[in-house]
Amino acid sequence: MLTSLSSGAIYALMSIALVLVWRSTRVINFAQAGQAILTTYIGYEAVTRSGSYWVGLICAVISGALLGAGIDRFFMRPIFKRVNSGPIVMIAPVVATLALLGIIQAVIGFIWGLSYQIIEAPISTDGLNIFGSIIAFSPFNLMVLIAVTLSMILLTILFQKTNIGLALRASAYAPEIAKLSGIRVDAVRTLGWALAGAAGGLAGMLYIPGSNLYPNAMDVLLVFGFIAAVIGGLDSLFGAVAGAMILGFAVNFSASYISYKLVFPTAFLILILVLLIKPKGIFSSSKGRKD
Amino acid sequence: MSLVVENLTIDHGAIRAIDNVSFTVPSGQLAAVIGANGAGKTTLLRTLSGLKESKSGNATWNGNSILGKRAEDLARTGIMHVSDGKSVIAELSVKENLALAGLWRKDKKDVALATDEVVELFPILGQRMSQTAGSLSGGERQMLAIGRALIARPKLLLLDEPSLGLAPLIIEQIFQTIKALVNKTDLTVLLVEQNAMGALKIADEGIVLNLGTVVAVDSAQSLLNDPAVRAAYLGF
Repeated sequence: MLTSLSSGAIYALMSIALVLVWRSTRVINFAQAGQAILTTYIGYEAVTRSGSYWVGLICAVISGALLGAGIDRFFMRPIFKRVNSGPIVMIAPVVATLALLGIIQAVIGFIWGLSYQIIEAPISTDGLNIFGSIIAFSPFNLMVLIAVTLSMILLTILFQKTNIGLALRASAYAPEIAKLSGIRVDAVRTLGWALAGAAGGLAGMLYIPGSNLYPNAMDVLLVFGFIAAVIGGLDSLFGAVAGAMILGFAVNFSASYISYKLVFPTAFLILILVLLIKPKGIFSSSKGRKD
Repeated sequence: MSLVVENLTIDHGAIRAIDNVSFTVPSGQLAAVIGANGAGKTTLLRTLSGLKESKSGNATWNGNSILGKRAEDLARTGIMHVSDGKSVIAELSVKENLALAGLWRKDKKDVALATDEVVELFPILGQRMSQTAGSLSGGERQMLAIGRALIARPKLLLLDEPSLGLAPLIIEQIFQTIKALVNKTDLTVLLVEQNAMGALKIADEGIVLNLGTVVAVDSAQSLLNDPAVRAAYLGF
C-alpha cells in the first residue's frame, strides 16, 4: 500500500509535467520522457563529479527547467508560428514532440552510451523494519513522498496565491483574453514549459535510484503519467495527482496480488474505462469549460 | 490625439472583410461603428487591437502606428479591447478577472484605486468579488469585461457588441455608463454595435459599415436623422 503511494507520487510528477504543458500549449508533450531522462543524466553527471546526490538533484531540476523553457522558446514557438492553419495544426506540434523525444534519446546514447548506469539513493532503499517485520516501504520511498508532496504544495501556492500563478491560469483558460488584458502569454507559456521540465527532472532523480539509468528509462513513466493525466481530465493539476494515485494503487495491487505481467494491461484498462465512461476525466463536472 | 484609420484593408481567409476603410475618431470622443451582421465590424476591432493582421493601409493612435503590434503590447500602451461574447474568464473569480489587467502595471496603488472606481461604477461586481465569473449573469459579465479593461487605465477603449444578448434595461445601464466615462474622462471609445439606435444615441460620431466598406461617416445626431440610415439600420 505504502509503495503505491511513492510510485503514485512519481507518476504524479510526470502527470503534472504533461498537464502543465497541455494547459499552456494544448500539446501532449511526448518529449517529456526525453527531457526528463536527459536532465536526469545531467543530474547523474553532477552526482558522479560532486559525489553528492543533492547537488545532482538541484542540477537536474534547474537543467530541466532551462531545457523546457528552451524547447518552447526555440522549437515549439516557431512551429506554432509557421503551422497556423488547416488540420496539420492539431498534429504537427505533437509529432514534433515525438521527433524531439527520438532526437534527445539518440543524443543521450551518443554521449553516455546505452548501458545501464546507477544513481545511488542518498538514503536507504531497504524496507523499513516495523516491530520486527520488514515492509516494502523504504526511507527513500518516504523521501520521494515528502519531496513530491512539498512540490505539490509549492505549485499550489504558486498557482493560487501569486500573480504569476494568476497569469499562468488566465493564459491557460483564455489566452486571447489574457493577451487583451496585457499579459505576455508567450512568456507565460514558456514558464509553464519550464515548470514542467523541472517536474520531469525531479521525477527522474526520484525514480532512477530505484531503477537503472538508460536512455529509455523514463518511457514507462511517460505512459503512466499520460494515463494519470487523462484520468484527471488533462486540465487539472489536482486531477493529475489524484489520477496518478489511483493508477499507482491499481498497478501495484495487480502486480503484487495477481501478476507483475498485469501492470501495463491494468493501466491501459483504466485508461480505456475512463475514456469510455468519463472522457473528460473523472473529476470533470457536467459544466462546460466556457460558454 | 486621435485614432486615425486610413485605407485599411483586411482579409478574413479568402474573403475581404474590410475594404479600404478610413475614418478618424478625435480623442475624448465616442464613435459608434454600426452595420449589419457580417459588415466586418468585429474584424476591424480585432485588427486595431493586434489580434489580427491587416492586408494594407494604416492605423495610428496619437501618431503611432498600431498595426502589426502584439495585442499585449497595445494593451500596455492603453488600447484596451473588450471582445464580444462577454469576454471574461469563467473559471477565475471576479476579483482575479479584474486583477489581470493590473498584473503588469507598476503603480499598484493606482491599480487598487482603479479597482475601487470600477466597483463604484458597477456596485454589483463588489458583491460578487469572490464568485467565479462563470456564475455571473450576462449583464454582470459585460460589466466585468468593461471593468477589467478600466483597471489598465485605458486611453482608447475598443468595445465589441456590449449589448449582445442583454435585456434592454441592462443595455441602457451599460450604455449610459460608457457615455458617462467618455464625458468625465479623456477616454476615447470606438463602439461596435448591431444595436444601431442605442449606439448612435450615446455616440458623438457614427460610422456606418456595409459589407466591409464605409457607407457613411457623420455626427451621430445627423445619422439618426438620415432617412437612408434610418431605413437600412434603424428599422423605421
